[in-house]
Amino acid sequence: MSERARASRLKPLPQGYLLRLLLVILCAFASFAHAQAIEPMPFANHAQELRFQQLTHQLRCPMCQNETLADSNAPIARDLRNQIFQMMQQGKSDDEIKQYLVARYSDFVLYDPPLTRGTWLLWFGPLLILLGGGGVVLVAVRKRGRMPANGSPGPRPSIDNGDDW
Amino acid sequence: MSRLLPFIGFMLLAALFGFGIWWNTQHDPNAIPTPLLDKPAPAFNLPKLYEPTQTVSKADLLGKPYLLNVFASWCIECGVEHPVLQAEGPTLGVQLVGYNYKDAPTDAKRWLAEHGSPYAVVIADEPGHTAIDFGVYGAPESFLIDAQGVIRYKHIGPLTPDVMAKELKPAIAALRKETP
Repeated sequence: MSERARASRLKPLPQGYLLRLLLVILCAFASFAHAQAIEPMPFANHAQELRFQQLTHQLRCPMCQNETLADSNAPIARDLRNQIFQMMQQGKSDDEIKQYLVARYSDFVLYDPPLTRGTWLLWFGPLLILLGGGGVVLVAVRKRGRMPANGSPGPRPSIDNGDDW
Repeated sequence: MSRLLPFIGFMLLAALFGFGIWWNTQHDPNAIPTPLLDKPAPAFNLPKLYEPTQTVSKADLLGKPYLLNVFASWCIECGVEHPVLQAEGPTLGVQLVGYNYKDAPTDAKRWLAEHGSPYAVVIADEPGHTAIDFGVYGAPESFLIDAQGVIRYKHIGPLTPDVMAKELKPAIAALRKETP
């Protein structure tokens, strides 16, 4: 009896243990997946590592143009990550590092390009298209509003000849 | 008129997409414009591939224009470019300098032995640090550098007979006109 009681008391322990083990494994894999493209670098401290991650996520790989420097596994991305790391060790600021890359690879490497004469269409193009589309809709709505009001809510009579424009 | 509007809209879109397709046949969408154009080439000092104890610096190459051609044995496109360089290189009228990029020296030598070397001298950048200063992000890439050490023309991707005739040769001709 006391044997059985002890067994039932012990029962929850292995379950909790297993759960915890599973959690540890999952966490290990999650961090592994995150650090996939990055080879371990001897960061001075955790703050520097975070700064490195943040900076490389703002920069575009010149080779695989849909990937950030942080994600890309291209040789040039690896070289540029090393270069950024070295510059951080030399005490260079984020802006100085960005300047360094822009001087060599143009604004292309920035995911957030500066507003210049060459990029104004990039910045305001969508707004222009939105305004144009809005204008077309406005004209269409006004035109429809000028049509004689039709009392009955039923199917429209022949006044609307299928021409919605 | 209002009946025609959807058709006009369609034609406008078709024209826009057609322009996009045409634009992409004329331009390499993966080529990044270099900010180094018409600026002094970065300083470099790199070992020769065949005599690693000797180095070649930017100063050593001043005085005559040259074509700096970035290549590597692992680069497939370089195999496309190489026969063109071999055939047309001697007719260009400028010195060809090979820039072996991120390559093991033995691989590079074997590759050149197999394909032939159009270069007057080959410099090796195995770690690829100097290449970053040149804004190199792959191979092949080619830089036309004038007698004063200024980058006058850059091409990303293989030099084809078409690119040579339309871009590289006119750029070299322009250089020759400047220095009588």
